[in-house]
Amino acid sequence: MTERDDTRVIGRAVPRLEDPDLLRGAARFVDDVDCPGLLHAAVLRSAYAHGRLGSLDVSAARAMPGVAAVLTHEEIGGRLRPIPIRLCPDPALNDYLQRPLAADRVRYVGEPLALVVAESRARAEDAMGEIDYDIDPLPACTDAMAPPPAALFEQAPDNLAALDEQSFGDVAGAFAEADHVVRSRFESGRHSGIPMETRGLVADYDDDQQRLHIWGSTKVTHFNRGVLAAMLDWPEERIHLAQTEVGGGFGVRGEFYPEDFLVPFAALTLGRPVKWIEDRMEHLAATNHSRQQYYELELALRNDGRLLGLRARITNDMGAYLRTHGTIVPGLSAGMLPGPYRLDSYHCEARAVLTNKTPTGTYRAPGRFECNAARERLMDLAAAELGIDRVELRRRNLLTPADMPYERGTHILGEEVIYDSGDYPAALERALTLSDWQRRGARPASADGRRRRGLGLACFVEKTGKGPYEGARVRLEADGSVTVATGAASVGQGLQTCLAQIAAEVLGVAPGAVTVHHGDTDLIGYGVGTFASRATVMAGSAVQEAASELRRGLLEHAAARLGVPAERLALSRGGLRLDGAPRMSLAELMAGDGCDDNGPPPSEAEHRFELDHMTYSYGVTVAEVEVDVLTGAVRPRHVWIACDVGRVINPRIVAGQIEGGAAQGVGGALLEAFQYDEEGQLLTGSFQEYLLPTSCDVPPIAFELMEDTPSTLNPLGVKGWARSASPAWAARWPMRWPRRSATRSSRLRRCR
Amino acid sequence: MKPAAFDFTAARSVDEALAVLSQYGDEAKVIAGGQTLGPMLNMRLLMPQVLLDINGIESLAGASRSDAGLRLGAATRQADLEDDPDLAASQPLVAAAIPYIAHRAIRNRGTVGGSLAHADPAAEWGALVHALDAELVITGADGTRSVAPEDFFVGILTTAVEPEELLVEVRLPAWPQGAGWSFVEFSRRHGDFALGGVACRLRLDAERRCMDVRLGLIGLGDTPQRARDAEDVLVGESAGPELWRAAAEAAARGIEPMTDLHASADYRRQLTRVLVADALAQAAERASPGVED
Repeated sequence: MTERDDTRVIGRAVPRLEDPDLLRGAARFVDDVDCPGLLHAAVLRSAYAHGRLGSLDVSAARAMPGVAAVLTHEEIGGRLRPIPIRLCPDPALNDYLQRPLAADRVRYVGEPLALVVAESRARAEDAMGEIDYDIDPLPACTDAMAPPPAALFEQAPDNLAALDEQSFGDVAGAFAEADHVVRSRFESGRHSGIPMETRGLVADYDDDQQRLHIWGSTKVTHFNRGVLAAMLDWPEERIHLAQTEVGGGFGVRGEFYPEDFLVPFAALTLGRPVKWIEDRMEHLAATNHSRQQYYELELALRNDGRLLGLRARITNDMGAYLRTHGTIVPGLSAGMLPGPYRLDSYHCEARAVLTNKTPTGTYRAPGRFECNAARERLMDLAAAELGIDRVELRRRNLLTPADMPYERGTHILGEEVIYDSGDYPAALERALTLSDWQRRGARPASADGRRRRGLGLACFVEKTGKGPYEGARVRLEADGSVTVATGAASVGQGLQTCLAQIAAEVLGVAPGAVTVHHGDTDLIGYGVGTFASRATVMAGSAVQEAASELRRGLLEHAAARLGVPAERLALSRGGLRLDGAPRMSLAELMAGDGCDDNGPPPSEAEHRFELDHMTYSYGVTVAEVEVDVLTGAVRPRHVWIACDVGRVINPRIVAGQIEGGAAQGVGGALLEAFQYDEEGQLLTGSFQEYLLPTSCDVPPIAFELMEDTPSTLNPLGVKGWARSASPAWAARWPMRWPRRSATRSSRLRRCR
Repeated sequence: MKPAAFDFTAARSVDEALAVLSQYGDEAKVIAGGQTLGPMLNMRLLMPQVLLDINGIESLAGASRSDAGLRLGAATRQADLEDDPDLAASQPLVAAAIPYIAHRAIRNRGTVGGSLAHADPAAEWGALVHALDAELVITGADGTRSVAPEDFFVGILTTAVEPEELLVEVRLPAWPQGAGWSFVEFSRRHGDFALGGVACRLRLDAERRCMDVRLGLIGLGDTPQRARDAEDVLVGESAGPELWRAAAEAAARGIEPMTDLHASADYRRQLTRVLVADALAQAAERASPGVED
């Protein structure tokens, strides 16, 4: 191996730096945080979906030994302000925001009514049992597609919180000249991210420092600090959000939820530290749901398969309030529905409808899981209608490298959709090869005809790397080790390892010599966070730029000190090299010799990486499933994925993302669904009803990482994958198609 | 999800346990493996005054084999039974069913008696005791009685064991020579409570006519049940797909399945047709025709 090869660390399957602590049980999660005098909180939640809140009698609970406080809307009063929208805020949506506690009206089962604080969680639960409250029930709205039996808010008698329209081209003309029009309706179930570790918070007010310390907030710590400061009327500097290890995020964890106000407020009010750990049943009712969307689609085609126009109406069941994501999820669906295909014209109406269910937010590939499934199913229906092979129909319509960069004509998250680079037809061909599509497609049914097999296929584009900025500070310590600080957050996805690899490559050290600090508001004063598959793109680019600046400064310093041109120097293998030969260690470089006028070497550089436009990864998923036509059992047999995630930092971590996404895909397609009865009671309140896939349910997953089209938008050429679930929905929905192609009698779930 | 406060007492003998039960009655709950009771306490679905631990009672633990069959102490762990190297030969139907009982981690703690006493209508042991013609031995202050499966299961999560009594033993008769067996069940995920399941034991005479057929059903009614209608269709008739179908139809007619989140009553009826036919076909294949005890 050449020297050059083994000093490259980007692109290598470096073992995760996070794992030794995790595997030894040495990692510190929020429930591991302990403070002297710690109190424990439990949230009393509404058992009714919709009604007016009458009396709320907490006197008996308050009088119980071991109970420190019972906080209701009466105590907190004016400070129960609406939790603001984080992404794409719009004053028109402010009527539908949630306050941390219900004051006069409840709108979903699980809505917080009071916070009980006691010496133990068990005691707090005892006290909850002693609280009496009256709800004067109103009809529950549980079907976003039906005329509502009641209005959740006076401002929206029809429960329509927002309507977003997007269009390009001449849709009416397209349908007028079409040879074929294919119409269909699709429905996606209500799901949520179910991290192994539920949410949790510890808040502790430090009297000496006059500061409030909070552990357990993740994902968007700086934003959450700002929200809390505004709600408490406190200066931001007096609030410190520190990150712990996190047992999974998937988009749902770390947003500002009611508890993110209630728990710190209780700690301040009581002058004692307070811990709240969400239990699993709370999680299923309180943490954001997602994905319940309805599609009404019309596709106009020419005889040769050309896509002339697409008309869409998307209805998103938002649940009872708009949370921190506002209405971005239906917006993402509307903007991404056209996908990887050339399309002459498009009109989409995206409706955000309020219902008496748990409020919704983002969950792994929000809006795209749903819209890609609907579009790909529509493509299959169109192929059948036209008598064109479904692969061929896609081939004829996929955008090509010659189209790049491609202005899609839609917008998402407040920016134009511009596909930066990609070879979509190549991804399709690779997926067909990888899955041996031709041979498998010809495979006959089982001998007795009872078990039948079918293949599904989905093409997708995935948006990643949301701006506007992320920062990083890179510091070379006196001992030659490197420290990186960023405002992006780890949600267990391997962020530390990836950022360490990037810094290590630039500074010529081993990844293990790099320590990454993240998600702590005291370590870096600003940060956007971890969502939208942005952390590696944004923070990774910031680290790359900061480390490069530091390297330039170090080499200039060394050149002056040694009296040689900087071009003859390099940082490699943990030291300074002159003409390729070791010259001094980094520690020696940092120590300086003090004999010249050169001054001390630079030790730190900070870079704020900014980006106007997202970068788009893409891929194709194929799934083979088997159906038992007597029991209806559907068994996924294999999943194949070809995807281009731009430049790969760590293939092992990408593999983990792909496999995890596919597993969640199996869950969403076949097992997971929140269900409510007509009174708005959540029927899937535990893991006995909300079924997650286990290792027995997930088939073998084979994938091929293409690095054909590095992103042109950042110095690393990376595209997002850190939380990308592109394969998730793609794996998910093909699962459904073969149910039809394999057995005519098994019907898809569709809305009527 | 933290349990309400309770007292805890560990009994070292059946008599000690009975003394506690006679004192507290309904207010006491017996804990063995705790695989169902634990979550129920945490969710406060149960808030007993006393938790009575029977894990320390030696006479309730483990299996003993004799010519008469297999005697299982009520606190026998599912995993211990699963790991018994002689089980497949001596009780092949039990050996076939145990892997379907939840997951290994649960079988490590869960007990045979705990499963039966909890009486979930979909628990595998409910089908086994019916198909194996087991006796369930219950002890109380007034003495010990032996109950047949059809008298043991009274309703949803309800058995013939009175609050002052303890299920102490399950007796499985010796395996009949030449009998065939099968255990089939359907669940959405491996390890879940079945939407429906069938345990089958049958013998075939030299002319391949069905004899001594016993079919136990789970998940298809309020209690585990014996498919007597189907058994009546089978006895004396020639083995084969047509007979299986007729028996499965009789079984489907003879049940009153529930509708829940995972399956409708109609679906469960259809499942019964499929599972009973599958179970009979498999059991007949394993039987040795004409072999008598």
